[in-house]
Parts: sequence; C-alpha cells; structure tokens
Amino acid sequence: MRIAVLSGKGGTGKTLISVNLAAVSKEAIYIDCDVEEPNGHLFFKPENLAAEYISVKIPLVDNELCNGCRICAVFCQYNALAYINQKLLIFDDVCHSCGGCVLFCPEKALAEKEKNIGIVQSGTSGLVHVITGILDTGEASGVPIIKKLMQNAPAGQEDVFIDCPPGSDCIVMGSIKDADYCVLVAEPTLFGVHNLKMVHDLVRLFRKPHGAVLNKCLEGYDPAAQYCEDHGIRIIGRIPFDHDLGTLNSNALIAARENGKYREVFTSLLQKVREEVQDAAAIDFKR
Amino acid sequence: MQQLLILSGKGGTGKTTIASAFIKLSNAKAYADCDVDAPNLHLIMSQSDEPKRSNYYGLSKAKIDLYVCIRCDLCRQNCRFEAIDSGAGGIMYEVYHYACEGCGVCEAICPVGAIKLIPAIAGELILYRGDAVFSTAQLKMGSGTSGLLVTEVKKQMTSVINDADIAIIDGSPGLGCPVIASLNGADMVLIVTEPSVSGISDMERIIKTAAQFQTKIAVCINKYDTNIKNTEIIESFCEFRQLPLAGRIPFDPEAVTAINTGQSIVEVDCLSGQAAREVFDRTMQILVGNG
Repeated sequence: MRIAVLSGKGGTGKTLISVNLAAVSKEAIYIDCDVEEPNGHLFFKPENLAAEYISVKIPLVDNELCNGCRICAVFCQYNALAYINQKLLIFDDVCHSCGGCVLFCPEKALAEKEKNIGIVQSGTSGLVHVITGILDTGEASGVPIIKKLMQNAPAGQEDVFIDCPPGSDCIVMGSIKDADYCVLVAEPTLFGVHNLKMVHDLVRLFRKPHGAVLNKCLEGYDPAAQYCEDHGIRIIGRIPFDHDLGTLNSNALIAARENGKYREVFTSLLQKVREEVQDAAAIDFKR
Repeated sequence: MQQLLILSGKGGTGKTTIASAFIKLSNAKAYADCDVDAPNLHLIMSQSDEPKRSNYYGLSKAKIDLYVCIRCDLCRQNCRFEAIDSGAGGIMYEVYHYACEGCGVCEAICPVGAIKLIPAIAGELILYRGDAVFSTAQLKMGSGTSGLLVTEVKKQMTSVINDADIAIIDGSPGLGCPVIASLNGADMVLIVTEPSVSGISDMERIIKTAAQFQTKIAVCINKYDTNIKNTEIIESFCEFRQLPLAGRIPFDPEAVTAINTGQSIVEVDCLSGQAAREVFDRTMQILVGNG
C-alpha cells in the first residue's frame, strides 16, 4: 500500500509520522518527496548509499547555424530565450524543458544538453529502504525529481510511505497522485487548521481516501479536532504534546526505535492506517 | 523602502509568528505574505477594511477541440509533461489540466489547429489598504508558478507604497521558486530556525540559497530551550560563518494561545513576546548596518 503523509503547513510532523510508520512496519520503503528540504534521511541515517543524478534538458545553440529568426524566442512562453546583439541568449533558470524551441527551429541550430538539478539517493536503514530526493540549492523546481521518485516507487504489496513537501501546489500533487491513502497531519493552531483545510480540499479533489492525525495535542480546545469533526474527516490518531518525543525528534532519533512507548503509539497508528486502506479498497471494489 | 524578508527553510519554525510581531513592533506601513501556497499572516493581522481582490493568471492551459482533432497523436508524442491523454479508445484526446505547463508545443505542432492555449486563473491577489498596505495572495490548489505569484504580491505592495521605511515580508518554507522570487529585491533576510537536526540542515540549505543573492543574513533561534545542545551548535555555526545572531526566543505555550486568538505574541504579556522585542531591536540594528 502507498501512504502519502501531507499537511499544508510546514513543521506539523509529516516527517515524524512517516519516518516512524515506516520504522514500525516490517519491511517498508520510505520516500522523501520534500526535495527542497529533505529531512527523513537525517533520522534513518541510511547505509549502502547509491545516488543517481537527475537532470533536465536545456537548449544549446549552435551560433554558426542560428540566423536570428527569433522563432524560438517568440515561441517560448517562459521567456527563456532572447536574441540580443546578434546573439541568442538562453536563460537556463526559467526554462521548463518543453523542447519547443528545438522542435521549431527552422535552421536546426538548437540541440539539448542535460543539466543536473539534484539527486535521488537510496540506502537502507534496518528493514527500511530509504529513498530521498534532494534538489540542488538555487534550483527552482523539484518536480522532475518527484516524478522520478514516483516512477521508481514499487506499486506492489510493500508498504510505501511518502513524505510530502508542505503546501498544496503542483509539487504536492505529484507526490500524492498514486497514493492509496493520504494521512493529513494537523496541529492544534489557527494556522494548522487553515492549512488543513487546503490539503483536505486537495485530497477531495483527487478523491483520495484520507484521515487525519492530530499532532502536538494539548489539553483544552483543539481547533484542528473541531475542524475534522465539522467536516467529517476521520481522526485516525492523536499524538499528545510530549517533551520527550520532541527531544528525540529534535535530535533526529526515530522515536519508535528508541522507546517502547512510542513504538506502541506508531504500531497502533499503522494498524489503524491498514484498516482504513482496506476499508477504502472495499468501498472502491463495490463501486 | 528596506525590505526585510523572513525565511526558514524548514516549515513551522515560526516565520509568521515572528513576522506578525515585527509588523506590530515596527508599526510597518507595508507588509506582505509571500507564502502564497499556505498563507497565514492574514489570520493574525486582522483587517477592518474589505480588500481589493483580483484574479491572477498563471500559465495558460491547452484545450483540444475534438470536432477538429484528427487523432494524429502528434500532440501526445511531443508533450514533455505527459499532459495529453488519447482518452477512451484512443480517440477522445484531452489535456490533463494539472500536468499542462502551457508551453504551447501541442498548439504549434497540431496540423489542423485543433488546440488552443487558454488563459487560466491560478490564484487570487488580495490587497488591503487600511492603516497599512498589506499584500497577500492565495494560489489555487494544484497550480504551478507560485514564484510568479510571489513576484506579483511584492509588485502589488510596491505599486501602492514605496516611501515607507520598512516592509516586512513573510516568506514560504523550502528553497525553490517561491523562495527565490521572494529573495529578489530583499535588503535583508532573517532566518528563523529551531534547534532540531532537521532545522539545522534546512537552515544551512536556505543560507546557501540566500547567499547567492548577496543580501544581509541574520539568524534567530526560536524555541531555543527545547534543545540547548542544538542551539549551541547553531550559534557556533553562525559564528563560524560570520552570520550575525538576532537572538533566541524560548518555547512558550502562551504563544500558541495568542496565535489562536488572532493576536501576535507582542500583544500579550508573555516570555516569547519579550524575547521577540529584543530580536526585533537587534534585527533593526543589523539592517541599518550597526550590527
């Protein structure tokens, strides 16, 4: 089963939840799609590392062949090409790699070169296979890395946990597209609720079965719990605010591996997720 | 007008909490929320006036006219974004809206002119003009081009006010296009970090990104007392990299209470609010060059 863990807001506990769920699963694959700021590997400290460069295609001009017709520059929707002072300039940073300029150059003066934007790193930590996408700093878009991560993700019986980036934009959609179930992580603040609403809208748009895990729960009024109740989101787990858990987590230690109490917490959460996925599959079958 | 941008790399370290405190303390006449993907600043900066709302058009999206389409498949073969599906029986060609990046290859390659690029609304720009100018936006779910919208948010702010002393800009997490767009034109970046291994890793990556823009960078450590050892690691890292420290803010449950009632931490009497005042004073000194 493929479980995506997401939240609109950052810092609610996506990595905490996905890392620990993977750690208590017998054999699991953990995929870090937060390619701008990947943190799961800091917890797993994977061994036997292998890395693969991820590249995009960027146009390359042969100035001998270019006759300055500007067809490419006019075509490009992203203004990645300009013909200035008798020379074709290419702005790699804004290029979307659509290939149009190469396709439509009447002089065949444009070719493509590969440009590295980051890596996909894989390794093992105990029984967990850890796959991490890492975008190079200064690069604008991690979407190609996420595409690669998702292409390589097994679709079989294995437990796959996908740690998504914050937000609800294109990069998050890529991460949840093939998920069987989405875990929405929320924290009990006004900000947390506002952003929970956004990801809730997103998973509904994609018709993904989903449930919420409330993290950092305090005594008293919990606006996130209230939101779930009002909007029919099933709460599949609550993790109380806990100083010891916070300390383990801030030291990048995997709570479920360090302490039996937390192993219990995440084992029962995983059990709950499994039941939810089965229920969702049954409903899907009936349709 | 000096632009002070608040960033963090990691989410949830307290960007908006600090930004709202700074707006109150500086009595800023201009401020903006550049976290267009998950904006929150408006929740705490309550406004009495109705804002001006305008549509934000991002990249256009391709649309196929099936009455004209001859099923030649050229569009699908040449789309790098795998945004075209040949549909039921391979004859009902359609564009997968969320995958389309509006490049126009399909439109240009279609031999019968069956494909057109149609402008698409990708979000909403929101401008408040009460006692101060507050520019914000909300990206439509699943849209790309958040960087362009960030640029529009900043433009919207500077188009109506340019003589304020300072503009406080709440940034977004991460280090990709929205962050890069917000860095453009910023005079100083305050990085709000937290003493966790994740926070430190993300801080190092955002500093690397911000350094390419040659703006002033300062660091403040939020919830510093949740892990003193890591706080010290951050402080020695900053010393080593010669980055000025703007201060420490303690973990404070009253901060959550303040935020949940729509108040900034400097509007209530609490420890984090007091610390935020010191961080603010220090940040202003660094900004004007006496750091």
